[in-house]
Amino acid sequence: MNDLLTHELGLKALLVEAQRVPAFNPMFRLQWEKAQDSYVLLYPEGMIKLNPSAGEILARVDGKQSEAEITDALQQAFPEAGSLAGDVHEFMEVACEQNWIRFV
Amino acid sequence: MNRTGFDSSSLAPVSEPDVAPKPAGQPLWLLAELTYKCPLQCPYCSNPLDFSASGQELSTEQWVKVLREAREMGAAQLGFSGGEPLSRPDLNELIQEARQLGYYSNLITSGIGLNDHKLEQFRASGLDHIQVSFQASDEEVNNMLAGSAKAFRQKLKMARAVKANGYPMVLNFVTHRHNIDRIDRIIELCIELGADYVELATCQYYGWALENREQLMPSRAQLERAERITNEYRARLEAAGNPMKLIFVTPDYYEERPKGCMNGWGQIFLTVTPDGTALPCHSARQLPVQFPNVKDRSLEDIWYRSFGFNKYRGNDWMKEPCSSCDEKDKDFGGCRCQAYMLTGDAANADPVCSKSQHHGKILQARAEAEAPRDIPMTFRNERNSRVFCRSE
Repeated sequence: MNDLLTHELGLKALLVEAQRVPAFNPMFRLQWEKAQDSYVLLYPEGMIKLNPSAGEILARVDGKQSEAEITDALQQAFPEAGSLAGDVHEFMEVACEQNWIRFV
Repeated sequence: MNRTGFDSSSLAPVSEPDVAPKPAGQPLWLLAELTYKCPLQCPYCSNPLDFSASGQELSTEQWVKVLREAREMGAAQLGFSGGEPLSRPDLNELIQEARQLGYYSNLITSGIGLNDHKLEQFRASGLDHIQVSFQASDEEVNNMLAGSAKAFRQKLKMARAVKANGYPMVLNFVTHRHNIDRIDRIIELCIELGADYVELATCQYYGWALENREQLMPSRAQLERAERITNEYRARLEAAGNPMKLIFVTPDYYEERPKGCMNGWGQIFLTVTPDGTALPCHSARQLPVQFPNVKDRSLEDIWYRSFGFNKYRGNDWMKEPCSSCDEKDKDFGGCRCQAYMLTGDAANADPVCSKSQHHGKILQARAEAEAPRDIPMTFRNERNSRVFCRSE
């Protein structure tokens, strides 16, 4: 019972938070890097090479689309991937913690 | 190889390599030293002592060619440095070119020669970041070290303007025995200015700084105190939710193992000096090694096939104690320049390493830092540089 309640609360939190609109911290610039064959985040005197899923998520961060809209767009682009909401949400949390993005 | 499988290098006449090429990474970092001209005279400048004998500066077209070739080879970070890069009248043009090519461009400046107009112009041209260097937190020490009376106020004004224009800002304080005791004031100043990153970089003893080492090197007690205060500020900043990052760089003279200099010789870092000499690090020019020039060869040829860039790649050049050391792939034997400056042979272990038979030189420098003699510093300027040119 308690487990179920926690789970439901967790889902609600996820739904509410999915309306958040992520935007880049101006310190970071995302770009496709041919030489790395991946998306990278560039910042003062440094570069972070992103794995393919992180790159695809961040490539859709534009300060206008909400987390839910980004998830929908990814779902359409990768129909074979199954439900992505949890993964996208988890990544947004990490990206925010890393200071790459903020919610506007 | 690009996606179409078309290999453009087969069309260009390829010269014979100078030596058998060794495995190399991509030159991710391009440092463009645009000029040796500088209005300041910092006694720890990393420029070579004999900079005044350097040949003619590259033209705008030659720099554009360098930027294009390096980008094609994978360079993503570009530093505009010098001397003072603002002394180059074509800086804005080069910033535009850099953005068009997809570089993340960093302007590494003293702030002297910067004004609101230039800040806006560079922003519009796509400059990503400005690093302003300070000599100290207070006007007197700052001006004494920079050899300029107006410098400090101009730097403060420009740091505020950099933030106001929306650039990320890294403030760089080179610390040494004359300013390190005021590290709390330095950090307070950075908080007030709203820096994103702060580099508290203890002087590295190359170029002019080696010449002035005894007057610059902090004592161990000074260093430990500064590190403790920095850690206290880190905790305070975190508690206050301030994202400013403090980066404390200890001088390798107080280490027992050398730094993994430049991530290995000719692995990720490429410097082009004002006259077009290409180097695997910005102080390598002093080594008795022939380095290629971008006026004569393509960057690709220079990076992969030149004698200079292959000289200390990998580890087959190493001597004992490095060649049998189980840490050789971690620190690459340390810094070639430091080995050369302190032992006379660039293939020796960096004497910072306690396994080096020359480690006594480092211990001696530490002892001197406990009781430095009161001798004047040699400031970095044209006149003093010409003295070094003549004495060689």
